[in-house]
Amino acid sequence: MNRIKNAFEKKQKGLLNVYFTAGYPSLHDTVPLIKSLTQAGADLIEIGMPFSDPLADGPVIQASSTAALQNGMNMRVLFRQLEGIRQEVPETPILLMGYLNPVMQFGVENFCREAAEAGVDGVILPDLPLDDYVAEYQEMFRRYNLRPVFLITPQTAPERIRRIDELTDSFLYLVSGPGTTGGANTQAEGVQEAYFERIGAMNLRNPRLIGFGIGDKGSFRRACEYAEGAIIGSALIRALEGTDDAPAAAARFVQSVLN
Amino acid sequence: MPTTYQQPTERGYYGQFGGAFIPEMLYPNVEELRQQYLDILADPAFQQEYQQLLRDYVGRPTPLFEAKRLSEKYNTRVYLKREDLCHTGAHKVNNTVGQILLAKRLGKTRIIAETGAGQHGVATATVCALMGMQCIVYMGEIDMERQKPNVYRMRLLGAEVRAAMSGSRTLKDATNEAIRDWISNPVDTHYIIGSVVGPHPYPDLVARLQAVISEEMRKQLLEKTGSELPDYVVACVGGGSNAAGAFYHFLEEPSVKLVAVEAAGHGVNSGHSAATSVLGKPGIIHGSRTLLMQDEDGQITEPYSLSAGLDYPGIGPLHAFLADSGRARFISIEDEDALRAVAELSRLEGIIPALETAHALAALGQLGAGPDDVVVVNLSGRGDKDLETYLKYADTIL
Repeated sequence: MNRIKNAFEKKQKGLLNVYFTAGYPSLHDTVPLIKSLTQAGADLIEIGMPFSDPLADGPVIQASSTAALQNGMNMRVLFRQLEGIRQEVPETPILLMGYLNPVMQFGVENFCREAAEAGVDGVILPDLPLDDYVAEYQEMFRRYNLRPVFLITPQTAPERIRRIDELTDSFLYLVSGPGTTGGANTQAEGVQEAYFERIGAMNLRNPRLIGFGIGDKGSFRRACEYAEGAIIGSALIRALEGTDDAPAAAARFVQSVLN
Repeated sequence: MPTTYQQPTERGYYGQFGGAFIPEMLYPNVEELRQQYLDILADPAFQQEYQQLLRDYVGRPTPLFEAKRLSEKYNTRVYLKREDLCHTGAHKVNNTVGQILLAKRLGKTRIIAETGAGQHGVATATVCALMGMQCIVYMGEIDMERQKPNVYRMRLLGAEVRAAMSGSRTLKDATNEAIRDWISNPVDTHYIIGSVVGPHPYPDLVARLQAVISEEMRKQLLEKTGSELPDYVVACVGGGSNAAGAFYHFLEEPSVKLVAVEAAGHGVNSGHSAATSVLGKPGIIHGSRTLLMQDEDGQITEPYSLSAGLDYPGIGPLHAFLADSGRARFISIEDEDALRAVAELSRLEGIIPALETAHALAALGQLGAGPDDVVVVNLSGRGDKDLETYLKYADTIL
């Protein structure tokens, strides 16, 4: 079963992928957040595995990662929390996003096995190079029915985009512009659109989701004009900051983006 | 291609260590550098400009000084490679002179750097002033406090110093912020990494630019001792750039004992240490697979050393390989012993060393060197920047 593929077949436009950091705002929010985000209309769920040194992330996700680690989140806790999630959320794709070092220390094979048992569909590890993925992990990911998701940026060369497109059966993560997560779009008008259109014109196998700097209804709708959907992370984390009822705040946030 | 100590594989591996574990946003820049650095370094026009700057601007060759009173004390023959006499007061400038010329050839107009003790930041700000390039240096907030003179020097040289406020607010975090800056400025910016760390090709690039240290040592040793090869080469290791430069032309000479000295902080087992070769396990930091101080979940832990240039939770992949293969011996030195070595060199030879360098000097008593052995200590930096610390710990030092 490929829940990611199914999600894109069921709904061809305007898919919303939401990111939150596991263990934030409090340790046991993970499962309630998955449920409330799904019920509120999120089409894909991306769970951040907190890391001490998240290089591709801006200050908001950095702070949520630090808080999650202080709350006691780690890989073992996360997989225990995810046990049985597929009874409650059977269809919505769940992806794990994080950095390579914690996965390596957990053991890549252990990680794949536990993720597969929990019903995880895809994995995003931004600091795992393509060549290393192919040489060391591709066969393992296939065996556990996990799909990798790779990032594409405005500087990624066309032949590399084609290669990335061949290496996965999920979606392509289009980084909207230069910068870490949660930054504002500072590009000159038209630059971003030209990049999205250039990728669109390549007729790639996989659908595309645009991420980085998407944070509200307006930016979500604009991104959806150029791709099948978009990814929101930092803005959701900000909406969870300081709340007593994270699931309710998350649902309100998703509704504010979609309606 | 088999790995040698000097030459990593095409993908940047020294044994199991190295590689380039970087997010896609950095790939085009790092790949451009990987494809071009060897050709640029080998280009005669580059070499001419680089060598001329090393001579006329940096002040190379630096002397190899026979430290007679220190030799007497340790009953061996101690020579000091005087990198502290380089322009800006440390070996760091060997690398920044080379990388700024490289950046120009790559068409970059904006330079970023990380700094711990501030020596690399000063060396970067210096060459940016020389070349008229914009310069932004990231420095941990804690390090800005303990190395104030270097912050002022960078500003005087026209650089913008940005405080890294995340994590332990030291070198690791300054490096994170510099990498995030590069992600945000992928077209016009070159990142001058200050040590033999980071994704391939940086460890090899920086080692090659620092290799001038051991190249000169061989010539000077021949002149002074009758042999190009010493018995020992001793250098301190944070990330490991001065050690890489001091070891480079001796790596494939098995008779030369290489000694890398790490900062033990309050003691290797005190929980406040930066002795990565003892406390680290293989892991990934700043795009490189190397020995890394981390907890069982793979979260990077915060190192400690009184010296701002040695408290890095990793070591360069070359050094991880030297430790793993046994080619180099690793020794760790506690804060107090380093401070005592500061006083010793000051009183015996009239040279005030940097606190980082003092760790290498403090290892002299542990080498087991005999009276006829030739020991070269790489005197990587001078102590002016540490005077405030030395005053604070005057009871230990004096």
